[in-house]
Amino acid sequence: MSIDRPSGDVVLSVRDLEVSFATRRGRADVVRGLDYDLRRGETLALVGESGSGKSVSTMALTKLIPIPPGRVTGTAMLDGQDLIAMSERDLLAVRGRRIGFVFQDPMTSLNPVHPIGRQLTEGMRHHLGISESDARDRAVDLLRKVGIPAAEKRLDDYPHQFSGGMRQRVVIAIGLSCDPQVLIADEATTALDVTTQAQIIELVNQLQDELGMAVIWITHDLGVVAGIADRVMVMYAGEIVEEADVDELFADPRHPYTVGLLKSLPVLGAFDRDELAAIPGLPPAPTDLPAGCAFHPRCAYRDDERCVSERPPLREVGGDAGSGHRIRSFYEVAEDDRRAAATAGIAAPEHREEDAS
Amino acid sequence: MSDPLLQVDDLHVHFPAGGRAVGGKRNPVRAVDGISFSIERGRTLGLVGESGCGKSTTGLSILRLVEPTSGTVTFDGTDLGNLGRKDLRRFRRRAAMIFQDPYASLDPRRTVGDAIGEALDIHDLHQGRQARATRVAELLERVGLHPDTGSRYPHEFSGGQRQRVGIARALAVEPDFLVCDEPIAALDVSIQAQVLNLLAELQDELQLTYLFIAHDLAAVQHVSDRIAVMYLGRIVEEGDRRDVITDPQHPYTRALLSAVPVPDPVAERQRSRVELVGDVPSPMNPPSGCRFRTRCPRVFEACGRIDPDLIPVGGGEGSVGGGHTAACLLHGEVGQPVERSEHPDANEIEAGLDGALPNR
Ligand SMILES: Nc1ncnc2c1ncn2[C@@H]1O[C@H](COP(=O)(O)OP(=O)(O)OP(=O)(O)O)[C@@H](O)[C@H]1O
Ligand SMILES: Nc1ncnc2c1ncn2[C@@H]1O[C@H](COP(=O)(O)OP(=O)(O)O)[C@@H](O)[C@H]1O
Ligand code: SF4
Ligand code: SF4
Ligand SMILES: [Mg+2]
Ligand SMILES: [Mg+2]
Repeated sequence: MSIDRPSGDVVLSVRDLEVSFATRRGRADVVRGLDYDLRRGETLALVGESGSGKSVSTMALTKLIPIPPGRVTGTAMLDGQDLIAMSERDLLAVRGRRIGFVFQDPMTSLNPVHPIGRQLTEGMRHHLGISESDARDRAVDLLRKVGIPAAEKRLDDYPHQFSGGMRQRVVIAIGLSCDPQVLIADEATTALDVTTQAQIIELVNQLQDELGMAVIWITHDLGVVAGIADRVMVMYAGEIVEEADVDELFADPRHPYTVGLLKSLPVLGAFDRDELAAIPGLPPAPTDLPAGCAFHPRCAYRDDERCVSERPPLREVGGDAGSGHRIRSFYEVAEDDRRAAATAGIAAPEHREEDAS
Repeated sequence: MSDPLLQVDDLHVHFPAGGRAVGGKRNPVRAVDGISFSIERGRTLGLVGESGCGKSTTGLSILRLVEPTSGTVTFDGTDLGNLGRKDLRRFRRRAAMIFQDPYASLDPRRTVGDAIGEALDIHDLHQGRQARATRVAELLERVGLHPDTGSRYPHEFSGGQRQRVGIARALAVEPDFLVCDEPIAALDVSIQAQVLNLLAELQDELQLTYLFIAHDLAAVQHVSDRIAVMYLGRIVEEGDRRDVITDPQHPYTRALLSAVPVPDPVAERQRSRVELVGDVPSPMNPPSGCRFRTRCPRVFEACGRIDPDLIPVGGGEGSVGGGHTAACLLHGEVGQPVERSEHPDANEIEAGLDGALPNR
C-alpha cells in the first residue's frame, strides 16, 4: 500500500547535525544529532511541536542562525560539498540559489518598500548573472507558475497590494527563482486560511513534479504532512523520534510520541463526545533536558530503568527491512494501540479496506 | 423546547473606514453585516470562517467590548442595548472572553495571581487578602495549574499554561457565558487536546454556555453542538454540527470542508478539492447579490441580483435547538434547489467531501 519512494539521487545528506546555543541558563542543546538523506524530487516533512528544533535544524544548514551564541557541528553534504564547513562567502552562493526558502510570514520575507518585481529579479540577476530584461521575463513566468493572475501587470505592485495567499505565492516564486536543488518551506501555510493553504500545497506538489526539486516541509500540522510528504521525520526535543514513509507513518506508527499525537487529534466526522486522549505534561526546555529518553516524563510506555537513564538509539523497525522506518525508543507501541492511532486520524475501517485493493 | 441564553438579532458592526477615501465617499468596513443566531443555555455554538470574516468582531460586540452599529443582543431575557453603566457591569460578571494569544492577553509585569485577582476586585468578589488568595489558588487548581503558582510572572509559563491562566481569569467572575476566540490556535499540538478537554470539563461542571470561535473545523466539530459558518460579515450556514459537517448545503461550507487537511495520506491523495477562485472581497465593498458569488463554483445568473436569506435546508434530523439553514439561491423552498448551474466544478464538491469524511 505504500507509494513508491522517490528513488532520485541524494541531493542533501546530513550526518550528526548538532546545534547548541550559549544562553543565560546554560547551554541549550537544540538539535541533537540529526541524520537524514534527501532525494531529488522528494518531499521530506519535519513535524514536531514548537521548540522541537525544526527551524533551527534547517537554518543551521546555511548558517542562518547567529554564531555565536549558536554552534553547529556535523556534516551536510550538498552535491559533494559540506555546507557546515563552508565559508560565509561560499554560503552566499548557496542561499537563495541552490537552497531556496519560504518562511511562515510572507510579510517578513518581502520588503514592503520595493515592488515585488524587483524583489524577484534581484536574486536572479545576482545569482544567475542575467540581464534585467531577461530577469523580468523570468519573473513573469514564475508569477504565472505560482498562479498570480495578470502577472505582467503585477510586477510593479507592492507587497501590501496582494492578499496574504497571493503574497505567499510571491514568496514561493522568489524561493524558486534560481532553480534551487532544495526548497525549505518553514510553516509556509500556517498563517493562511485552509482554502488558501490547500491551494498552496497543490501548487508546491505540482511545481515539484514539474521542476524536480527536493522539498523540506516544516509544519506542526499532521493533516498538512499527510497531504504533502513522501517521507516524514517526527522531531521531539531536538531529535528525530520517528522516521518513515508517509503512508507507513500514519498506518503503522511505532513511537509512543507519534502515537500519542495521532490519538489526541479531534476527528472530522466523528461525533462522539469522548475526552480527547491528550498527552500529559509539557515538552522540556532545551536547557533542561531530562536524563535518558527525552520523552520519558510524558511517556505512557515507559517501562524500565533504561528509559530514565539511557538515551535510546535510533533503530530500524517494521516488517520491511530497508523501508527506512526508524524510531528512537527502547519500546514499540503495542499492536492494538498502533491500530487505534492509525484509525484515530480519520480513516474508519471500511475506508482503509478500500485502499488496500 | 428552546431556552436560549443568548439571542442575537440582525447585528451589524461597521467600522469607520481608515485611510484616504478614493473618489469621494468612504465606505465603512462592514465587519459584521446583519447576523442572527441564538445559543441554548449550557450549549456551544462554533463559529468558523476565513480570516477577516467577522468572527472576533461578533464575539467582541456581544460582550459590548465593541459597540454594535445596530441590532439587538438579548442575554438571559435582557436586551443589552438598554443597559445603563451599572447594569452593563453586572452583565460583565456573567460573560467573559478567552483570547487567542495567551501571550498578549497577560500583562508581563504582573503576577498571574494579580491578573486573576484583578478580575475579582473589579466585581468586589472575595475581598480581603486571605479570601482573595484562596480563591486565586482555587481557580489555578481548577484549570490544572499548581495552586501556588500565583506569584509567578507570565513569562515563566509555557503557552498552554498561559492559556490556562487566561481561562482561570475568565472563570474568576463565575460567568455563565464565555466567548472563546481561537483558544487553541497558538498552542502546541500536544497541548491543544489538553485545553479542549479542560473547556469541555468546565462546561459540564459549571453549566457554561460557549461561543467557540476557531478555524480548525475538527476542533470546532468536537466541542460544538451547533456550527455557524461566516463569510464576509454574514452567516451563510447554521445548524446542528452533524448536519453542517456531513450534509453541508452552502457551497462555501463545502469548499471549506474540502480544504481541511486530514491526517490520512491515502485520503489526501484521493480527494479532490473545491478550488475557490480569487480572494475574499473587501468588507468595505461586498459584492451585490450573494456575497460569495465572486468565488462560488456554482454561481449562476440570479446570484448577482438577489441577496439570499438564511432559509431552512436539508433534513436536519439530529438537531439540537432548531433546524439547518443556509443562505444560497440553490435552495428555494425547503431543501428544493430552484436553479442549478452547469458549472463543471459542481461535482467536485461531492468528491472533495468524500475524501474528508469517512462516515459518508
Ligand atoms: N477596529 C477596527 N477598525 C476597522 N476595521 C476593523 C476593526 N476591527 C476589525 N476590523 C475589520 O473587520 C473585519 C472583521 O474582523 P474580525 O477581527 O472580526 O475577523 P475574524 O473573523 O475574527 O478574523 P481572524 O480569523 O483573522 O481572527 C476585517 O476586515 C477587519 O479588518
Ligand atoms: N538564537 C537563539 N538562542 C538561544 N536559543 C535559541 C535561539 N534560536 C532558537 N533557540 C531555541 O532553539 C529551540 C528550537 O527552536 P526552533 O528550531 O525554532 O523550534 P521549532 O522550529 O521546532 O519550533 C527552541 O528552544 C528555541 O528557543
Ligand atoms: S524509550 Fe522509554 S520513555 Fe522513551 S519513548 Fe520509548 S518507551 Fe517511552
Ligand atoms: S447564491 Fe449563488 S453565488 Fe451564492 S452561494 Fe448560492 S450558488 Fe453560490
Ligand atoms: Mg519554527
Ligand atoms: Mg479573530
